[in-house]
Amino acid sequence: MMDADIRQNTYDDGSRDALTGEQRIRNFNINFGPQHPAAHGVLRMVLELDGEIVERADPHIGLLHRGTEKLMESRTYLQNLPYFDRLDYVAPMNQEHAWCLAIERLTGTVVPRRASLIRVLYSEIGRILNHLLNTTTQAMDVGALTPPLWGFEEREKLMVFYERACGARLHAAYFRPGGVHQDLPPALLDDIDAWADHFPKVLADLHTLLTENRIFKQRNADIGIVTEEDALRWGYSGVMVRGSGMAWDLRRSQPYECYDEFDFKIPVGKNGDCYDRYLVRMAEMEESTRIIKQAVAKLRKEPGDVLARGKITPPTRGDMKRSMESLIHHFKLYTEGFHVPAGEVYAAVEAPKGEFGVYLVADGTNKPYRAKLRAPGFLHMQSIDWMSKGHLLADVAAIIGTMDIVFGEVDR
Amino acid sequence: MTETTPATDAAPQAAPHPLRVLADRIQAALGAEVVATEIAFGELNVTIRAEAIVDVTRFLIADDACKFSTLIDITAVDYPERAERFDVVWQFLSMYRNQRIRLKAAVDEDQMVPSLTGVNPSANWFEREIFDMFGILFSGHPDLRRILTDYGFRGYPLRKDFPTTGYVEVRYDEVAKRVVYEPVKLVQDYRQFDFLSPWEGAHYILPGDEKKA
Repeated sequence: MMDADIRQNTYDDGSRDALTGEQRIRNFNINFGPQHPAAHGVLRMVLELDGEIVERADPHIGLLHRGTEKLMESRTYLQNLPYFDRLDYVAPMNQEHAWCLAIERLTGTVVPRRASLIRVLYSEIGRILNHLLNTTTQAMDVGALTPPLWGFEEREKLMVFYERACGARLHAAYFRPGGVHQDLPPALLDDIDAWADHFPKVLADLHTLLTENRIFKQRNADIGIVTEEDALRWGYSGVMVRGSGMAWDLRRSQPYECYDEFDFKIPVGKNGDCYDRYLVRMAEMEESTRIIKQAVAKLRKEPGDVLARGKITPPTRGDMKRSMESLIHHFKLYTEGFHVPAGEVYAAVEAPKGEFGVYLVADGTNKPYRAKLRAPGFLHMQSIDWMSKGHLLADVAAIIGTMDIVFGEVDR
Repeated sequence: MTETTPATDAAPQAAPHPLRVLADRIQAALGAEVVATEIAFGELNVTIRAEAIVDVTRFLIADDACKFSTLIDITAVDYPERAERFDVVWQFLSMYRNQRIRLKAAVDEDQMVPSLTGVNPSANWFEREIFDMFGILFSGHPDLRRILTDYGFRGYPLRKDFPTTGYVEVRYDEVAKRVVYEPVKLVQDYRQFDFLSPWEGAHYILPGDEKKA
């Protein structure tokens, strides 16, 4: 009933066709999830199986739907920011970034140099957070237990960097329209730098665990092949596109913040299968580490303010103690919130999973009239029927893993 | 061909804006289907007639100066005070020309919009989501089911007249040993601040204030 299966049901109860003497066999429908550990959260997928071969996959999403877009319409721009942490909770700051960029485009705010560098730094930390989780748990889905244990150790360190910047390990609310909330202490920069020196060794260890691992290769190579044309037809972005040989990266092609002054490569795959996408993610982590090193070096040299002081950002604490106007401004900002001029804008960032975009319609008040969150995982998820057709049941886990699905952003 | 280099923001001021060139080309090719073109915040908005969306999309994919091969997003915006209540919004990206475009069409509450699934399979879930959230129907969609809301959900949550709290809530009933649906009961009114500034207050009489008058 729920999966809209209107075909005639036949039952393999052992009865035989009177004419041919053949036993009738029907396809088997199973529920993959929502409690399946390889369903990456709350995916309920109705799979129609012919033996072990997937004939049809019907994902039922929305089990984590929280109505974020509806809630955003009744809150101020600043109050909406933390919702973005709760979309793709694996790399929270990258989502906030898109929201801030949308508001800054509409209000015409120029972000101070140092804030821009901090944003790049933390976006790349977010990318590593995401790829570490994805590559290692995908490996776990296909049978390797050690990689997530090693990968999560590094994730833990990165989350401590999150915590030291903004006080929260996960739901950061650190990127603000007009900059970032707080400046980074010098000791934190040193520690991030030291971490970036040590991280390539961990990556090399992960490579020894997986890259030439026979089982890992057998489970991933030639599984879920995406050609260039498929990637366009299904609206893929991020690693799903780059794994198929297209060097498309918003950081390079439509640079935002100050990505254009960083030296990094865009890894691309050749075969467009799960294994290539794994390799692309591993290579991207290396590139992100390089960006982190460069950002830290730049941040050491360039002190300055981290918020574009003006209508949409709070005054400094020091100003508030001395100036009445600052105090009034602060009060007004956090009660009424700032007003964004009417207009509509689509701001996208290269989130670790692909293009994360915000389509913001502002009507000149302090609340967005409509905000549509364009999550890359939503498009990846919808193609699972096409991608898993003809694969074995066990490959479905590998495919879900390689698509990098997180239900916070798919269901919104 | 009018344009061979990828569009960038740093185009020289003397030449017409690359998006302007693109807009003119689309306008010339599609004629009456295009209602208006506008460039705002460095983005190209093209207002079209909703019935023409399939033809417009085919042109945008095939034309050499457009090559909008990736469907980025389809969404809708609700303007309840307008006669044609919804704006359906399509966004496309060209990875070859490195440019974006936004198509908009105003539609009525009971107007069918042609589905893009025949041209671009990735439109499938976007259109299901719009149907789920706004109740806009797409003609020619292979499987127009609800997608994000609960099984058996009623109403269209992203319409402006739908309350943020919704109408039903669920809980696990210990006696019935199952999840039960009940009308929403709030201990405290939902704090929907519909005034803009706490200093200026609301434009209507707040509950309790009517006694003063």
